[in-house]
Amino acid sequence: MATALSLTNISVTFTGKSGGGGYTAIKDTTLNIADGEFVSIVGPTGCGKSTLLNIGAGLLKASSGEVKVFGEPLIGLNQQAGYMFQSESLMPWRSALANVTAGLQFRGVEATEAARQGEQWLERVGLNGFGNRYPHELSGGMRKRAALAQMLILDPKIMLMDEPFSALDIQTRQLMENELLQLWETDKKSVVFITHDLEEAISLSDRVIVLAAGPATHPIGEFAIDLPRPRDVAEIRMTPRFLELHAQIWHAMKEEVLKGYAQTKNKVVA
Amino acid sequence: MKKPPIWFWQIALLVMIFIIWHIATSPDLIPPIFFDNEYRAAFFFGEPAKIFNAIWVWFMSGEIYPHLWVTLQETLLAFAIGTLLGLAVGLWLGLTPLASAILDPYIKAMNAMPRVILAPIFMVWFGLGIWSKVALGVTLVFFIVFFNVYQGVKEVSPVVLNNARMLGANASQLLRYVYLPSATSWVFSSLHTSVGMAFVGAVVGEYLGSAKGVGYLIHQAEGAFDINTVFAGILVLTVFALLLDFVVTFAENKLLKWRPQQAETETT
Ligand SMILES: Nc1ncnc2c1ncn2[C@@H]1O[C@H](COP(=O)(O)OP(=O)(O)OP(=O)(O)O)[C@@H](O)[C@H]1O
Ligand SMILES: [Mg+2]
Repeated sequence: MATALSLTNISVTFTGKSGGGGYTAIKDTTLNIADGEFVSIVGPTGCGKSTLLNIGAGLLKASSGEVKVFGEPLIGLNQQAGYMFQSESLMPWRSALANVTAGLQFRGVEATEAARQGEQWLERVGLNGFGNRYPHELSGGMRKRAALAQMLILDPKIMLMDEPFSALDIQTRQLMENELLQLWETDKKSVVFITHDLEEAISLSDRVIVLAAGPATHPIGEFAIDLPRPRDVAEIRMTPRFLELHAQIWHAMKEEVLKGYAQTKNKVVA
Repeated sequence: MKKPPIWFWQIALLVMIFIIWHIATSPDLIPPIFFDNEYRAAFFFGEPAKIFNAIWVWFMSGEIYPHLWVTLQETLLAFAIGTLLGLAVGLWLGLTPLASAILDPYIKAMNAMPRVILAPIFMVWFGLGIWSKVALGVTLVFFIVFFNVYQGVKEVSPVVLNNARMLGANASQLLRYVYLPSATSWVFSSLHTSVGMAFVGAVVGEYLGSAKGVGYLIHQAEGAFDINTVFAGILVLTVFALLLDFVVTFAENKLLKWRPQQAETETT
């Protein structure tokens, strides 16, 4: 199968602004996402997951290494990719509908047509009737859903999602996860999905990649998830195979999580 | 019993002030306290009855309208030109770090300069008509708007910016759909101050030399030691400024709907 996104020997060193040497967040990481593959990345907080995604999006230039999108070296922004950011990314001066249709507007799609599609997408993410609310009038979870619609309306080939559902309650979250899986199964986009929730990672993905604690993070484990599809994220969690995979990956992660936590703590003390 | 609304107290306070003013300045109501002569208080502080009479005459004869109109024109022109310039320069410098680094000390210096001193120079350059007053107002408005826009551009959330780029916005779309709306919100937050400054520029300019405008009326009356007319002019200007401020508040509420304010809830 063709490779949608490939990161080869990527290293990222942030220049140390407050004196001292730079901080190497990512070291020698190689990652290949096949066309139509759903890959989750898990790792302790601060290890460099968002940084890695920014590299894939073309928002950040790697200190060394190579990024390819469908075989072509990436120059500038990754035009094939949609990006759902970890933090608030909606334009506060635009209503929910205007935010969702922003990408269409930038592409010169006619306004009424854009609004029609926008309404459709608002409905799909469960926001019908909220189109003319401004972001500050929406709940945190509603803003996430608006951001999801904002990305999906452009029908990107690659979806980069940075902890998209962590603000949602468990029910809404499972609804959104199932919706995402359905979308993905109908037109097989490539997904890079970052989460700190291992269960979420397993129930959604074809493959789960575990990153080491920072600094100089790199993948320390890769697990193929051979659960049958189509899946229902709530039901799949009860199956024995799921529990088996969960135990296996958790075992690999535990050490790193503790390491990462200890480092964060030391940083604060130091 | 229902409590009287807040505006009732506001009006009552105003009436009180005028009554006390009236009593303290009337030559024959109370014996002089601070002055050795019963006409002195009226000479220094005017008399409300005469002041209102002067205002009444101004409006009834229609004499005041051309002056008000000139002051309004100067204020609006200074505000519009100053805002546009401030917006343009603020966006430009906010987006070009090199230019802003080079010009930084000059901008600080120009802002620190007391600009009222420029009024006579503007009169030489632009004559005694409205344009010298507009110019003075512009120098005052420009810096307020400029600093706010500059700040607004610098403080656009990098995530919002990156998101817009990922959604396919090119450079001019970023300017129009991200930087400009963000900067305008900062302009609006300074709107009250900048309209006020435009007004100050207009009146001070008129006061220092002109043949029209409310500032000119006050200046003339001062020349004739006509304290009542001076106060009448000041009152008219104050009410005028208040009205401008209402208009600004109205525009602000219309245009800044998207900004989070103290959440409002309905009680049922
Ligand atoms: N612009 C930057 N300059 C300097 N250091 C940075 C910068 N961005 C990130 N870092 C550092 O790089 C490391 C990785 O950050 P990153 O945001 O990728 O973590 P993360 O894995 O996404 O964490 P989380 O799960 O908490 O979101 C952190 O130690 C962070 O302090
Ligand atoms: Mg992150």
